[in-house]
Amino acid sequence: MCIAVPAEVVEIKEGNVGVVDYGDLKQEVRLDLVDVKVGEFVLVHVGFAIQKLSREEGLETREIFRQVYAAMQESE
Amino acid sequence: MALGKEISEKLREAVDRDLSFMHICGTHEAAISRAGLRSVLPPGLKIVMGPGCPVCITPQGEIDAALDLVERGCIVATYGDLLRVPGSRGSLESSGGDVRVVQGVHKAVEIARSTNKEVAFISVGFETTAPTVAATLLTRPPENFSILSCHRLVPPAMKWLLEQGEAKLHGFLLPGHVCTVVGYQDYEQFPVPQVVAGFEPEDILLGLLMLVEQVKSGEAKVENAYPRAVTREGNVRARQLMYEVFAPVDAEWRGFPVIPRSGLQLKSGFEEYDAQKKFDIPIRHVEKHSACICDRVLRGIAEPTDCRLFGKVCNPRTPVGPCMVSHEGACRIWHMFRVRQK
Repeated sequence: MCIAVPAEVVEIKEGNVGVVDYGDLKQEVRLDLVDVKVGEFVLVHVGFAIQKLSREEGLETREIFRQVYAAMQESE
Repeated sequence: MALGKEISEKLREAVDRDLSFMHICGTHEAAISRAGLRSVLPPGLKIVMGPGCPVCITPQGEIDAALDLVERGCIVATYGDLLRVPGSRGSLESSGGDVRVVQGVHKAVEIARSTNKEVAFISVGFETTAPTVAATLLTRPPENFSILSCHRLVPPAMKWLLEQGEAKLHGFLLPGHVCTVVGYQDYEQFPVPQVVAGFEPEDILLGLLMLVEQVKSGEAKVENAYPRAVTREGNVRARQLMYEVFAPVDAEWRGFPVIPRSGLQLKSGFEEYDAQKKFDIPIRHVEKHSACICDRVLRGIAEPTDCRLFGKVCNPRTPVGPCMVSHEGACRIWHMFRVRQK
């Protein structure tokens, strides 16, 4: 549950809610903890963006999670 | 991993003595085990896992309190990792109550808005999670919503480990995501080599190399090997929100005694959301009675494979201890990546 995943902000809605793109999946997240614009990357943890990231970091870190999740699914 | 190869060669050249470093992050353990990093480390360099999994360090007494909330008829909402953690009398999963897995606290509030029943959120996690709960409580959820605060802060546990000295550590790899939120200024109080590290194999190798170099030059400071995401101050807004809603309190960790000011309790003004007060639920200390060595694994003085139960009676389907339950638990990770050898 402490895992944080990078995603790109693709839409900002009312009430501190945004839509982010993880690469394969889009999801609504809470934006209470950060000031972001569309196109910026954030680190998402338990449904909240917890920090802004550089674009490069976002793309790089995304790859590690893909690999970890693939391994998790294999083991279950 | 060309860069990683270069760093590990440098690391081989640099290590001229026995060194032991601790990381305090389940995501670090997952990255280390997945990449098989321990197999490329020079002999003498050891990396041990500390109390870096918030589910694992939640003591049995708090799981029992969550089970009490089920008995009071509450809808209990929490993270999936917590469901199978054994309390004194079963787990949330086996409780037979209305227990719901949610992505985060905001989803538990949505449940509360859709029902007249009481909804209690079992709120575990370190400094990454606490601000999300604080931000949510500041939006003033409905009256039938409350939380059982099981939050913990990382620096007080590090302080305890350092004072106690049992794990004989030469330094710490600091948790990248915790530091993303709170920065690393709180760690500057510790007179020991520390490096904030990211989660790529290269990040971790670089962090280790920087730690080795600090030890060799007799320095003890906090360095940042993860500047892509971490700054000294962290996410100032998240930090402020956290301390607007919560105040530090003495708290027990599984495998540890009570650690001063290592937990978070709701401040006055938010007490109406405190499930413990609302339902008059005591949190009791529970002695463990099994051969499980999760307590020693969490203190960094034993490895999962030292446990007689590992991979046998204790496995991800029938976990005996919390470190086999959570995806961030050392035992679960070692089991997943088939780590057998020392």
